[in-house]
Amino acid sequence: MLMMQLAFFVFAAITVAGAFYLLFTKNVLYAAFSLLLTLLGIAGLFVFAGADFLAVSQIMIYVGGILILLIFGIMLTNNKNFQRTNLQPNKIEVENHNRFWAFLIAVLLFLGFLKIIFKANFHIIGKQTHIGSSIQQIGINLMTDYIFVFEVIGVFLLAALIGAVYIAKKEKV
Amino acid sequence: MIAIQNYLVISALLFSIGLAVAVTKRNAILILMGIELMLNAVNLNMVAFSQYDPNRLQGQIFALFIMVIAAAEVTVALAIILKIYDYFKNLDLDEINSLKK
Repeated sequence: MLMMQLAFFVFAAITVAGAFYLLFTKNVLYAAFSLLLTLLGIAGLFVFAGADFLAVSQIMIYVGGILILLIFGIMLTNNKNFQRTNLQPNKIEVENHNRFWAFLIAVLLFLGFLKIIFKANFHIIGKQTHIGSSIQQIGINLMTDYIFVFEVIGVFLLAALIGAVYIAKKEKV
Repeated sequence: MIAIQNYLVISALLFSIGLAVAVTKRNAILILMGIELMLNAVNLNMVAFSQYDPNRLQGQIFALFIMVIAAAEVTVALAIILKIYDYFKNLDLDEINSLKK
């Protein structure tokens, strides 16, 4: 039990540390890799909440898909002259703006969330008794209750992919 | 078991950091990263509440759909960002303001 809580807090620390590094770093590539750390930590937290299928999906979709796309985006949109003349070509830096107000709003939002969380009285019916895999239950639910949403989201994903390819293609002049 | 407040506090922290990233950074790709962080915070909340609902698992299924929406959003947004870079040769959002003039 103690080991489990210890592991939980290790994953939580990884997640939060990655997020803070993403906030404070200036290097875009380091930001992408700290986002990788955060996403992996969240996948670990999913496992502690009994969502094994979602943890694997998180790793496959976010780390294997979205993060790779973001890194491709960073590499395709850099300044070539800057890279040729600079000694550290991968040091792509970015500035911040209106830091003060953004930090103020974020801290106030966080304090508001904390107040709500600790004042709320969760009357949760029943304990979490589900130990083991949740894949079968998710599959049954997707094919019965949520079949319409499942089909719609498939068509939506196809439309988004075709639209992305159409927008990004080179236009003939 | 791990109390639900732990998940909620981590999720609130991630959401606030994601908001700060999306507002302060000037590179468009970093703003996308902030939005991803906020979506992940919401997912964590959904999954944390879903463990008290082991038969229907509504939270987990909702989180699955959120992941698909996030994937679609980031592909389209990156396509638009590549187009913006082709046109302006720059991704600094403070300098892409030709509509304002």
